[in-house]
Amino acid sequence: MHPAFSVVFFTTATGAGYGLLALLGVLGATGFIAPGFWLGLAGMALSLGLISAGLLSSTGHLGRPERAWRAFSQWRSSWLSREGVASVATFIPAGLFGLGWVVFGRLDGWVAAAGLLAAVGAIVTVCMTGMIYASLKPIAQWHSPYTLPGYLIFSGMSGIVLLNALLAGFGLGTNRLLAASILLTLLGWGWKLATWRHNDQLEIPTTANTATGLAGGTVRSLEWPHTEENYLLKEMGFRIARKHSAKLRLITQVLAFGLPILLLIAGFALPWPLEAVAAALAAISQFAGMLVERWLFFAEAKHTVTLYYGR
Amino acid sequence: MTCLPSHMDKRLGLVIDLDTCVGCQACVTACKEWNTGGHMAPLTDTDPYGGHVDGVWFNRVHSYEHTTEMGGRTVNFPRSCLHCETPACVTVCPTGASYKRASDGIVLIDESKCIGCKLCSWACPYGAREFDTDVGVMKKCTLCVDRIYNDNLAEGDRVPACVAACPTSARHFGDLGDPASAVSQLVAERGGVDLMPEMGYRPTNKYLPPRAHTQRAASVPAKALEPVKAEGGFLGWVDRMLSN
Ligand code: SF4
Ligand code: SF4
Repeated sequence: MHPAFSVVFFTTATGAGYGLLALLGVLGATGFIAPGFWLGLAGMALSLGLISAGLLSSTGHLGRPERAWRAFSQWRSSWLSREGVASVATFIPAGLFGLGWVVFGRLDGWVAAAGLLAAVGAIVTVCMTGMIYASLKPIAQWHSPYTLPGYLIFSGMSGIVLLNALLAGFGLGTNRLLAASILLTLLGWGWKLATWRHNDQLEIPTTANTATGLAGGTVRSLEWPHTEENYLLKEMGFRIARKHSAKLRLITQVLAFGLPILLLIAGFALPWPLEAVAAALAAISQFAGMLVERWLFFAEAKHTVTLYYGR
Repeated sequence: MTCLPSHMDKRLGLVIDLDTCVGCQACVTACKEWNTGGHMAPLTDTDPYGGHVDGVWFNRVHSYEHTTEMGGRTVNFPRSCLHCETPACVTVCPTGASYKRASDGIVLIDESKCIGCKLCSWACPYGAREFDTDVGVMKKCTLCVDRIYNDNLAEGDRVPACVAACPTSARHFGDLGDPASAVSQLVAERGGVDLMPEMGYRPTNKYLPPRAHTQRAASVPAKALEPVKAEGGFLGWVDRMLSN
């Protein structure tokens, strides 16, 4: 599948933003984070900023963005529509939560309730995003039990590493948060390795034989219907060389998991403000690594239409 | 509404004979010609005379070499929307632009609602939907809704343009929901198949596999020709001279 930057950035940014929002909501509501004006402002700006930037970027992928409002109508059948509804609905409790925290300086009562609701909305929205991909049967690498948990794990992972950077920036970092960030990053790493392993061993029942209805033997493409690449090949026939994908998998592992873990471990020993610098670098490196991971998620996915072209 | 109809009065579709298709591309051009002025018009071409010709087509004909233990053969293979019974291209559409009609099972796009998110083209395993970069919306085969119900056409012409154009009658149009229809009987008789049945989209269109190879040579009823004899006279002399 063609890795369009708008979609790669969209899923990475909203994943991290919703992860952070959910953690702020839950930890704020349960008293693990004390209300403070600047912390609240920075936290809400970062999470809602990432979410909004991602959603805006996704409209860049549309042929007719001015009609985007229509996408809220088919939630009965469409995961994409459900994602749209959930993402917009989440802005309501998230906005109230931010208002209570930043303007009224409190994290109890209705503000706590709004925080918890925002967390639920964030998790639901990430699930909807995951299901858009997991539900697509023609793409075996996405139509897999690894896709939905992957989206949730990566969202939680990027969220907690961002939260760690945020709190460390305010000198509020804790060893518990560092440990949790490392654990979630390890979980993300393990999940990605397992997903790649699963995809590399996939046995796809759809072949050029079933695609053409010609039973038995081999079916070899002699001639395409057209001489140049068409929409189908540009959008769904994207191919990546094995050696490139091996390199990019390595880069993903270093940037998204390895380096952040080292920086987070260093955070146990470093004094403030170096601890905050390490935490921020961990978050930045992980975000960059997740962009590469998401690029590969598209580039390595093979659509059944490629079978008609002998690819 | 992108939920699928629970009941269809008819299941209109095509039956394509891979035995007789000669890959002449007549259906492709007839489709383009009709539809660039039809329901989903225009079928945009970009850079039509340049080095990167591209454009929207509803029907594309591939050629394959099918090799089995019986030998190899060339199979020409027209590919277009199969008007599936449970098509995810419709259910994934967030706007309601894609829909399947309960009256005849035809899968259509309402261009005025389409936001061009392209998700439906990802959801179609067969590559039947093509994005029009010029208009910013998705396009696909309409089974010539604007021909098959068109009172301005003579009754015999009320078939999809591809069917009307095919010089070898490799394309058949009819109601595949009615077991008594000519197309259903053709499918039963020739063992018509679904493409990618494992996807579970339950295509309406069926493909008739090429007939089995035969070991027998074609029998020719005409008598064998006499050998040419040139013994005497001028021609005989020429023959002898040239044979030396
Ligand atoms: S062939 Fe593709 S576009 Fe046509 S109905 Fe089936 S899934 Fe939809
Ligand atoms: S491209 Fe248009 S028809 Fe296809 S899913 Fe998106 S809105 Fe629906």
